[in-house]
Amino acid sequence: MLPDSGGHFGPYGGKYVPETLMSPLRELEEAYLKYKEDPDFQRELDYYLSEYAGRPTPLFYAERMTQRLGGAKVYLKREDLCHTGAHKINNTIGQALLAKRMGKSRIIAETGAGQHGVATATVAALFGLECEIYMGEEDMRRQALNVFRMRLLGSKVTPVSAGSMTLKDAISEAMRDWVTNVRTTHYILGSVLGAHPYPMMVRDFQKIIGAEARQQILEKEGKLPALLIACVGGGSNAIGLFYEFLKDKEVAMIGVEAGGLGIESGKHAARFAAGELGVLQGCMSFVLQTDDGQIGLTHSVSAGLDYASVGPEHSHLRDMKRVEYTNVTDEEALEGFQLLSNIEGIIPALESAHAVAHAVKIAPKMKQDENIIVNLSGRGDKDVQVASEILAKKR
Amino acid sequence: MRSNRITAKFEKLARTGKKGFIAYITAGDPDLEVTRRLVIEFDRIGVDVVELGVPFSDPLADGIVNQRAAERALKSGTTLQRVLDTVKQIRQDSQVPIILFTYFNPVHHFGLEQFVADALESGVDGALVLDLPPEESKDYKKLMDMKGLCTVYLLAPTSTDDRIDLISRFSTGFVYYVSREGVTGVQEKMVGGVAAVVEKIRSRSGKPVAVGFGIATPSMAAEVASYADAVVVGSAIVQRIEEKGTAPDVIESVSGFVAELVKAVKR
Repeated sequence: MLPDSGGHFGPYGGKYVPETLMSPLRELEEAYLKYKEDPDFQRELDYYLSEYAGRPTPLFYAERMTQRLGGAKVYLKREDLCHTGAHKINNTIGQALLAKRMGKSRIIAETGAGQHGVATATVAALFGLECEIYMGEEDMRRQALNVFRMRLLGSKVTPVSAGSMTLKDAISEAMRDWVTNVRTTHYILGSVLGAHPYPMMVRDFQKIIGAEARQQILEKEGKLPALLIACVGGGSNAIGLFYEFLKDKEVAMIGVEAGGLGIESGKHAARFAAGELGVLQGCMSFVLQTDDGQIGLTHSVSAGLDYASVGPEHSHLRDMKRVEYTNVTDEEALEGFQLLSNIEGIIPALESAHAVAHAVKIAPKMKQDENIIVNLSGRGDKDVQVASEILAKKR
Repeated sequence: MRSNRITAKFEKLARTGKKGFIAYITAGDPDLEVTRRLVIEFDRIGVDVVELGVPFSDPLADGIVNQRAAERALKSGTTLQRVLDTVKQIRQDSQVPIILFTYFNPVHHFGLEQFVADALESGVDGALVLDLPPEESKDYKKLMDMKGLCTVYLLAPTSTDDRIDLISRFSTGFVYYVSREGVTGVQEKMVGGVAAVVEKIRSRSGKPVAVGFGIATPSMAAEVASYADAVVVGSAIVQRIEEKGTAPDVIESVSGFVAELVKAVKR
């Protein structure tokens, strides 16, 4: 079973944090492992996932997309239909319930696209917790609507103007807050990143996506899918879909990173295409970095994929050759965004549109009796402004 | 193997009944030539140990003052290699003990073995890797020990007794106690109860205990020196470097402040 007791997935993961956080991380791990086995905790989690978040989410057969592509049947796992519009709520409900049991009265979070921030602000409102969200100034500009939503939900949104003013800077600022207020505050990290136990814990809260999808596809098709596709920023929606299928050797899996303006342009967030082994914000993984070991600047049309490192378990799954990782460009993602809107009436998040774009490439090469599940991790309402600006320029 | 300058310094302090003063600056802020001159001047005015910060793009344990210093240092073209080169230059004029204060990624990227070899060769005496706890330190610790370089680790108010013991075992030279929960940066006054924790760490570890984070004035430094073996001041010095920038009197002005801190600790 991975990770090992120190939080390692092979050479990846671990706990690379300042000493002040070592005891709180141990406390969090102990609490998590205890409540994971606690029937009351599980009952409460299940209750909020179904009655509040709207689980299970449908597995939708995208018939017109399938016909258009002329190959494998494409199914969409509709995480975009979760309350707040993305899979992020699966994790924030779990961690907020944990924070309550740990006696923490305040929660903090980082956010890139704003989806995790909104999901955290939402559970803070639901459970009556004080909440502060850190968000890069650049991302606040790109995702103004989500900033408003978080404030409406009663959270404080604090702009981060350091560094590249995106997700990684928001994580650093949230970690600084946590170091300072660690006795009263729980940090709800939004992806399978950071120091142990986060990559394990967030994965466990997200694996319900794959657990449902596996059952649903067996009911609909009577067999397992040939392929799973998900976008990978930190990688929580991807690991969430993949995890329960890992034992099914016949199921192939592809993680799609942000190719930005193309790998050769240097403006992307494709850690597996151009990154090296390194440590960023608590864990060892593939990291985009400079020749001097500084963290590289990233680019993606989607704020949620715009991060220089990737969840350590993904690095391990890549080494094991269990999951293949590829990338699609901003332009391809925008085409996927438009296509799904046009022929299925579903506006995907720009993050999820990366997964859609890869399905567009690969489905035609597959047999018609094969099935693909694409994780539609979030809805695209938040992205319409950015997309309309870019598409207007292209015309 | 040559005797380590940090260990020798703390032995001498203990022999003479004096307290140590440790000054932190970010290497390359505003440029490496100023860093070189500052270190030499610090030595001359009685600073016992210099901590040289290796700038990193994502310094999550640092407050805003040191974050800005790192940004300036990176902008001036500072790299780990160039910091090592600067230490080598400093060694022509000064034998003050030098510790590198760094995040792990630049070191990891440099290559652990290469880093340890080059650090020794440049005249570095030890390192404190902020985000490398003992649990992730196996290779690093072994290599540093082999070359006789000090490995300094942080202890924090959140550290439990078993962690105090673990970190005491891993620390050579001295143990660095972070006086409060939080990042680096100045504060108005010391939080209470630090003296008792320092005493506990000293008795459990049998090693000298330096206290840092938040110490901003000579009077705070004097207060901490009354119970700790050494006092670390960082952001308050960095703030003065920031104010002076590349002004011609930057060395004189910053050293003037540091001399006051030294005096407060040594009185």
